[in-house]
Amino acid sequence: MVNAAPALPVDHADRVIKIKIEGLSVSYSDGTESLSGISLLIPDRAITVLFGPAGGGKSTLLRTINRLNDLADVVEVRGRVLLDGEDVLSPKTDVISLRRKVGMVFARPVVLPMSIRRNLTYGLELSGDRDETSMDEAVERSLRAAALWDEVQDRLDEPAVSLSGGQQQRLCLARALVLQPEVILLDEPTSGLDPISTGKVETSLTQLKQDYTIVLVPHSVQQAARTADYAAFFLGGELIEYSPGRQIFTNPTDQRTEDYVEGRFG
Amino acid sequence: MTADMNASLGPQKTAGVSASRRKRIERLGFAGMSLAALLTVAPIVLIVVHIYSNGLPAISWEFLTAIPRDGMRAGGILPAIVGTFWLTLGTAVIAVPLGVGAAIYLAEYAADNRWTRTIRIAIINLAGIPSVVYGLFGLGLFVLFLQFGTSLLAGSLTLAIMTIPVIISTAEEALRAVPNSFRVVSVSLGGTQWQTIRKVVLPQALPGILTGVILGLERAAGETAPILFTVAAFFLPRLPHSIFDASMALPYHLFVISTQVPGMPIRIQYGTAVVLLTFVLGMNVIATIIRSRARARRQW
Amino acid sequence: MRARNFGEVLITALIKATGYSAIVFVTMIFIFLLREGSPALTEVKFSNFFQLRWYPIEDYFGILPLIGGSLLVTLGAALFAVPLGIASAVFIAEIAPRWAREVLKPLVEVLGGLPSVMLGFIGILIIAPAMRTLLNIPTGLTAFTGALLLGGMAIPTIVSVAEDALDAVPNTYRDASLAMGATRWQTIWRVTLPAARSGVLTAVMLGIGRAIGETMTVMMVTGNAPVFPTGLSNLFKPVRTMTATIAAEMGEVANGSVHYHVLFYIGIVLFVISLIVNLTAASVVFRQRKRAERILS
Repeated sequence: MVNAAPALPVDHADRVIKIKIEGLSVSYSDGTESLSGISLLIPDRAITVLFGPAGGGKSTLLRTINRLNDLADVVEVRGRVLLDGEDVLSPKTDVISLRRKVGMVFARPVVLPMSIRRNLTYGLELSGDRDETSMDEAVERSLRAAALWDEVQDRLDEPAVSLSGGQQQRLCLARALVLQPEVILLDEPTSGLDPISTGKVETSLTQLKQDYTIVLVPHSVQQAARTADYAAFFLGGELIEYSPGRQIFTNPTDQRTEDYVEGRFG
Repeated sequence: MTADMNASLGPQKTAGVSASRRKRIERLGFAGMSLAALLTVAPIVLIVVHIYSNGLPAISWEFLTAIPRDGMRAGGILPAIVGTFWLTLGTAVIAVPLGVGAAIYLAEYAADNRWTRTIRIAIINLAGIPSVVYGLFGLGLFVLFLQFGTSLLAGSLTLAIMTIPVIISTAEEALRAVPNSFRVVSVSLGGTQWQTIRKVVLPQALPGILTGVILGLERAAGETAPILFTVAAFFLPRLPHSIFDASMALPYHLFVISTQVPGMPIRIQYGTAVVLLTFVLGMNVIATIIRSRARARRQW
Repeated sequence: MRARNFGEVLITALIKATGYSAIVFVTMIFIFLLREGSPALTEVKFSNFFQLRWYPIEDYFGILPLIGGSLLVTLGAALFAVPLGIASAVFIAEIAPRWAREVLKPLVEVLGGLPSVMLGFIGILIIAPAMRTLLNIPTGLTAFTGALLLGGMAIPTIVSVAEDALDAVPNTYRDASLAMGATRWQTIWRVTLPAARSGVLTAVMLGIGRAIGETMTVMMVTGNAPVFPTGLSNLFKPVRTMTATIAAEMGEVANGSVHYHVLFYIGIVLFVISLIVNLTAASVVFRQRKRAERILS
């Protein structure tokens, strides 16, 4: 059953839709974290938040968008995920360039066992870029965007593991930005970070949304409320409710959404 | 688990045996174990000390660089040293690409199916085949069937196949130890599988792989049985010129001069033993150094 | 883009090929052993193999004394290597302080790396004469000497695999036992060792496998008399193992002669024995690992 994507309210009708998800269903070989019949619109230049209790399918959805799910034990994928009108799930998709277009930040800061600089230029290495000056520019540009430049500009050649947890995560954000993607996916990027680092990341995201499409899985309802331009509530693999930011937290339509937002379960 | 433990420890028994008696049993037991460990380790030290103290006096520049004379009762052992060197190198050239390649396949590419299990069974088998059977195989295939003759080529090929399983198991372990999150990150940045392996996984696994390779080659260098019929020459007072030449080798040389040559000066026997031991120990030390330095420098 | 894709396809194919190479090698070894060894089955009457004389010059090809020799020496080696090896592994993994462990483990590894010919060398120069004088026997080149040295070669294998197995037992097991009031000693024998049971068993089997397959050491110190060992007294008399027979006589046989074929045939027997020992050891590990995964998940 392919649902039509729920439409955005009338006053948001002029929004450019970057990603259109139609009737997406995913199941793993061991039955965990599946999605059933998800239909969703993700607008450009905005933060779309996917929130809900654990096991709701949010990570699966993120990993489907950049085809990282190919690495996992996926048994079946149905439906379409249209990025700029092209279905990323089609076998003809160039997965490599898709992943350069769609950057990802993971829940635990995973820095590569290299210097700070090389962590950032790694993505450029992969695509065969060799120009030193443009690499240096990319390094500075992305570190500034992640609000990390001031802290590390003097020690770019030190090992990335020497950074604190919060700094490492911002490095991961910068790393995703180096390739100048169009979409940034973040899967609970601030879980395990202290409040100050969390704040810095959220501030960066608010800056970045002016130029990128951001899809964020927050680690708390409060973070969702702070950052969301649009929010989707997931429960047990289904999309329960979807609306512009303020609305879903102050005035949810579905009872289950309200229960979760009020903290009655989770 | 808990039920088992309760049954074996038995509350009544524990309560009945006094704490001090249990302590005494423990102290005795620990002493016994440390005695066992000492008995295991002391002979190694004794052997090494014995060989060095008796053999070092025989070592001289002439001994290391001259050709043997007088049916090997005088002169040096250069051909044996050179032969072992070439054999080790030949083994490395063949075994390392095959072994590391197979390890990469098993760690990074192979799915969990019947074929993969067959490969693993084959590797376990190869690892357990007696060295003399390798010698027979080498004789049958390389020396006779392929007509390489008794040669460095046949010997290296035989030793290589014997060494491959050792390299595969240590290399695979080293590759698996690299955290999977690195691979995921590399792929998410648009890397292909081979790029990920080449740029991230292999460099991180390299010290472990190297250690395994060196230990494998150490074993190959010291083996006699596989080279008995495939390359070893009894008395060849010249250096090998090509891979098709037979050659002397240190382990075989030691065997011959300690069992087959009447009137062999004991000094030369110990001297040869020292050279072989140094070669083998040296590789062991290098492998250990690589391993501990890598552990200290690890960034994960 | 296309160039990189082609290079990648090539490398991936090469890697896959090397992955399957192990199967190719085992098959080749088996085939060539068969090729040179199976003629023996037609050239020699089957009953000849099962009599008690190994005297190839006069066409006596009884392999029983050789099997007996291998068994005696291996069992003797196991008898002292297994307790000593397990005890040492227990000491290193559970009892020794950190500094002792850092010294002992490399030393054991060195012992494992010692070439067999070197141990044989020590055997003929020191141990055999010592046996002869100490025990007042005609020669020190006996099964016992062989067993002693073989045990020395098996111990490092047993120690390193068993020590790994003991290390892998989760600390929670030990903690739970200690919390119930058991001493560390009791914990080792009633909790940790049983938990590591399959790994220790594997260690023992691999050690025995190594002992059976040893060639040079036994060839140098067991006296090389192919006499079927009938009793314990034979422990202090010379024997001959299968491996030593092949190594000693291969150099003297004519290519393609009956003797030559029989030696390959013995090689096949050794190959099959090692197959059985190693496959059993491996299956124990696989089965145990599967059980553990089920329990922990």
